[in-house]
Amino acid sequence: MKYFEEDRSKFPPKNADGSFQIDLESHKFTHIWQGPQHPGVTGNMSLELIIQGDEVMQCETHVGYLHRGFEKLMERRKYIQCFPLVCRICVPEPDFNEYCFAAGVEELAGIEVPEKALWIRTLVLEMARLASYLMWMGGAAGSLGHGLPGQWTNYLRDYILDRFEELTGGRIYHMYILPGGVRNDLPEGFKQRLLEVLDDIEQIMKDVKTVMFNNTVFKKRTQGLGIIDPSWVEPYGITGPNARAAGIPLDVRKDSPYLKYPELDFEPVTGQESDAYTRLDVRRRDLLITVDLIRQILNKMPENGEYMAPLPNVLNWEIPRGETYVRAECTRGEYGYYMVSDGSMYPRRVNVRGPSYTHAVALMEKLVVGVNIADVAALMTSLHTYPPEIER
Amino acid sequence: MKISDILQPLTAWKNLVKDPITIKDPLNRVAAPRYRGFHKNDLETCIGCGTCEAICQNAAIDMVPVEGIETKDGDSGLRPRIDYGRCCWCGLCVDICTTGSLTMSNAYQWIDNDPEVFRFIPGAEEKPWDTADKGYKRPENYTLNPLKRVSMEELNPADRIQGFMEIVKGFSRDQALQEADRCVSCGICVATCPAHMGIPAYIEAIRNDDLNQGMRILYETNPFPEVCGRVCTHKCETVCSIFHRGDPVSIRWLKRYIADQIPEHEYAAILDSPQEETGKKVAIIGAGPAGLSAAYYLRLQGHTVVIFEAQPEAGGMMRYGIPEYRLPYDQLDKDIKYIKHIGVKIRTETRVGRDISLESLHKDFDIIYAATGLHEGRSTRAKGSDHPKVYQAVNLLRDFTKGLEIPYEAPVIVIGGGNVAMDIARTLARLHMQKMGRVDITLTCLETEDIMPADREEIVEAREEGIQIIPGYGPLEVVSNGDTLKGLKTVRCVSVFDENGRFNPKFDHSDTQFLPASIIVEAIGQGMDLSYIPESIKKEMKTDARGRIQVDAYYQTSLPWFFAGGDIIEGPDVIHAIANGHTAAKRIDHILRGEQ
Repeated sequence: MKYFEEDRSKFPPKNADGSFQIDLESHKFTHIWQGPQHPGVTGNMSLELIIQGDEVMQCETHVGYLHRGFEKLMERRKYIQCFPLVCRICVPEPDFNEYCFAAGVEELAGIEVPEKALWIRTLVLEMARLASYLMWMGGAAGSLGHGLPGQWTNYLRDYILDRFEELTGGRIYHMYILPGGVRNDLPEGFKQRLLEVLDDIEQIMKDVKTVMFNNTVFKKRTQGLGIIDPSWVEPYGITGPNARAAGIPLDVRKDSPYLKYPELDFEPVTGQESDAYTRLDVRRRDLLITVDLIRQILNKMPENGEYMAPLPNVLNWEIPRGETYVRAECTRGEYGYYMVSDGSMYPRRVNVRGPSYTHAVALMEKLVVGVNIADVAALMTSLHTYPPEIER
Repeated sequence: MKISDILQPLTAWKNLVKDPITIKDPLNRVAAPRYRGFHKNDLETCIGCGTCEAICQNAAIDMVPVEGIETKDGDSGLRPRIDYGRCCWCGLCVDICTTGSLTMSNAYQWIDNDPEVFRFIPGAEEKPWDTADKGYKRPENYTLNPLKRVSMEELNPADRIQGFMEIVKGFSRDQALQEADRCVSCGICVATCPAHMGIPAYIEAIRNDDLNQGMRILYETNPFPEVCGRVCTHKCETVCSIFHRGDPVSIRWLKRYIADQIPEHEYAAILDSPQEETGKKVAIIGAGPAGLSAAYYLRLQGHTVVIFEAQPEAGGMMRYGIPEYRLPYDQLDKDIKYIKHIGVKIRTETRVGRDISLESLHKDFDIIYAATGLHEGRSTRAKGSDHPKVYQAVNLLRDFTKGLEIPYEAPVIVIGGGNVAMDIARTLARLHMQKMGRVDITLTCLETEDIMPADREEIVEAREEGIQIIPGYGPLEVVSNGDTLKGLKTVRCVSVFDENGRFNPKFDHSDTQFLPASIIVEAIGQGMDLSYIPESIKKEMKTDARGRIQVDAYYQTSLPWFFAGGDIIEGPDVIHAIANGHTAAKRIDHILRGEQ
C-alpha cells in the first residue's frame, strides 16, 4: 500500500466542486487539533486540522471555550453596570470596548462629552493599540520560533501598562472610559513619563526590525505565506491591517473619523504583497505611527478642562428608545457596537462586532489549506486574532 | 537572500552587556497612587445606605450587621461586606458611595490558604492596608448621581407680603422627574419618617410617571399628602444619604407633586375602599391630623368612626395654626374631604366636656381616641405680661383663620423662636402691609440664631418680608402705662439649656434692650386642655409626675377603652401626629376584632 503520492497534483483526488476527497480510514491523512491550549492560536480556540504529510488539507475552526455570554448578561444589567463588563470582552484591548460602549450610550442618551475627555480617550485608545501591538509582536515572533523580540516587546508593553496603571488605576482592565467622559484627569507628570516610554519603544523597535524583519529565516517563512487576495476583502469583511496589507487603505480613523482623529496628522500604512510578512510589517509600521500619534495627542491636548459630563443618577438611568452602531479602529480592524435601547434602564440588545470573528474563522479556514503544519501558528498570528472577542 | 539579512540579526548580542530590566523584588512593588486595590471603609462615616451593594454588578457586596454599630436615624447599622471571589475591582462602589467612606487602597497582594477569609467587612476586620494613604478615591468634582436639587420656584418677597397667596409654587412634571431621578432608593429616610412612608417607592412611581401608584403608596401610611407635601417637618430630608455630599432629595415637594397632580374626584377610583362594616364604633376627640389619620385607617377597616370637633371646621392646628400662605385651606380640604368621603363622620362645633360628656361617649362607643392637641398658649410670665395687650400666638392665629379681626397695631413684638412665632409674625406682617403699607414687627427669642427651633427657611423668609429678628434675648419686663403698652425690656441670654440639657436659661443682666411696642405676642410654646376628662376617669388613668397621660407604644392608656395621641402625647408635629394616629388605629382595630 502506498502511503505517499509523490505527485501532489494527483493527491488527494478532488470532488466535482473542487474540494478534496478525504478518507480518514485510508491512513493517508492525519487528524490533529491545534488548540485550544496551543500558544499559536492566540487564545482559547482551536483548529481541527487534517494534514497529509506536513501539509494542511482541511481546517475547521472551533470556538466556545471562552463563552461568557456578555451580550446576554448586559440585557439584565443597568447601563452603568455594563461598564465594568465590556472591557472583558477583549482582554488585550479593553479600551476599544469601553469606548464603543460609552459612545453608544452617549449617542442614544444625547450626552455631549467634554473636549478634554475626547483627547484623553484618543490617547487611551492609542496607548491600548500600542500595548496590544507590542504583545502581539511577541506572539508573532514566538510562533516563528523567535523568542528574543517577544521578550523585548513584552517588557515595553509592561511599561505601557505601568502608564495605564497610574492613569486608570488598573493594568489590564482599565475601566476608565465611562459614558460621559473619563474617570479622572491625567496624573501629575504623566505626559513626561509616557514620552520616555515612547522613546524606549522607538529605540527597541529599531532592534526588532533588524533582528526580526531583516532576518532571512523570518523572511523565508513568512513571505508568500497566507496571501489574501484583495478581492476577498469585501466579501469576507476583512478590515484593519489585514486589508491594508492587501493594498486597501481601510481605517475607521480616516474613513469615519471619531474622537480627535480628524485633528491628527497620519496616513494609514498599506502594503502590496498581502502575505504574512507584509501584514506583520504593516503592523510594525502602524505601531510607529501610533507612537507618533501619541506624541501629537500629548502636544495638542488642552491642559485643563472638564473630563466628565454631568450624568443623571446612574442607578435610575433610562436611555431613550433608539438604536445605534458605533465603531472604532482597533489593532485588528473595525471594532463595533450595535446597541438597541427600548427606553428602559437596561439595554435591549448589545451586539459586539470584533474583527477576529471574520479573520479567525472564515478567513483562517480558507488560508490555511495547503500551508505547512509548522506555519499554521505563524499564519494565525499574522492575522492577529483575539478569540475572546469572537465569543461575547 | 541578502548577506545583511544573515548578519544583522546578530546585533542582538549587544544586549548581553546591558543591565537587566526585570524588577528584582516583585512582591514589594508599590502600585500606582490611583490603583484600585483592596477596599477600605471608614465605619464611622459610613451610614450603611447600601448604594454600593445596589451598583455592584457582580453582587459582590452584601450589607451586614457589624458589632458595635447601632441602627439609628440616618444609619441603617449595616456595613458592606465584600466578596473577593466576585469583585471585579471596577470601583463603582467607591464612585457611588453617598458619604465617601468607601475607598480603595493600592494594596493588591493577599495570600491565604482559607478561601473564606476573602469575604470580609472593610473597616471592621483589621487589614494591613487600612492605613494606606494611596489607592483609588473618587476624584473631586466627579459624581455618578446629581448632587444639586432642582430649585423650587417661590413667590418673591415683594409679591408674597401683599397677601396670603401660597409661597411655594410646586414642581412641574419635568422638575419632578429630574428631582425624583436623584433618589438612590437607599431607604434610610423610611426609618426616620415618623410615619415610615414608602419614600423610595413613591419617588420611583414619579420616575415611572405612575402617579396613581404613587398616591396609593402615600395613602398606605399618610392620608394627608397635600398637607405633608407642604408643611411636613421633613425629618426624612435631614437624613437623606445624598445630603452627605450634596442637597437632600426634595422628598416633601415630590410628595406634594403627586397629590397636586391628581384631582379630588379621582381619589376614590385610585385608593382602597373601606372593608365590610364591622358594627364596631370608635369616637375620636379632635379633628386634627392625629384624629383624622386614626379615623381614616379605622374606617378603612370597616369600623364606624365619629369625630367630635370643637371648632367650626375640621383640621385642628393644620387649619387654625398654620397660615394660609404655607398651607392653603383648599388643599387641606382636599385631604379632609376624602377622609369624609369614605364615611368618617365629623361633628364640628361639638366640644367634648361641654356639648357632650366623655362618659356618654364611653357608653355609646367601643373605643375612644383623644387627640385634642395643644391649643393653649403659654405665657412668658415676665413681669407685666398679664397686660391685656399681650396676646397668645395660637389664639390670634385661630381667630384670624375664623375671619375675626385681630390686633396688629405697630410696632409689634413677637416673643419666641419657633415656627409658631414665625407664623404669627409673618401673618401680622401681611396685615401690616395691607393696612399700613409697611411692616413694623420685631421678633425676639432666647435662642441664638444657630439653635432657633424654627426652620431655616422660615427665618430667611421672615427677614425677607421685613421682620426684624433679635435672637439671643429673653423677655425681662413688659413696660406699660395703664392700658397703653410701651414696650418690652429684654436681657441677653447667655445659655438656654443647662449641662443636663434641661431648659434653664441664664442671663447677662448687664446687657439689656428696650423694644418699643404697641402689642406683644407670646409664642413660646403651647399647652393642652384636658378638662374634658372628668376627674373620676383621670384618677383611674395612669399619669406621670407632671400629670401627663401615660400611653403604651400603641397609644393606649391604662384604661383599655381610652387611647390618646397627637400633640398631647408627642408634642407639636404634624407628621408625628399622623403617624401615631395610624399606629393607634392599628391597635384599636386589633382590639375591636378581638385579636391580641
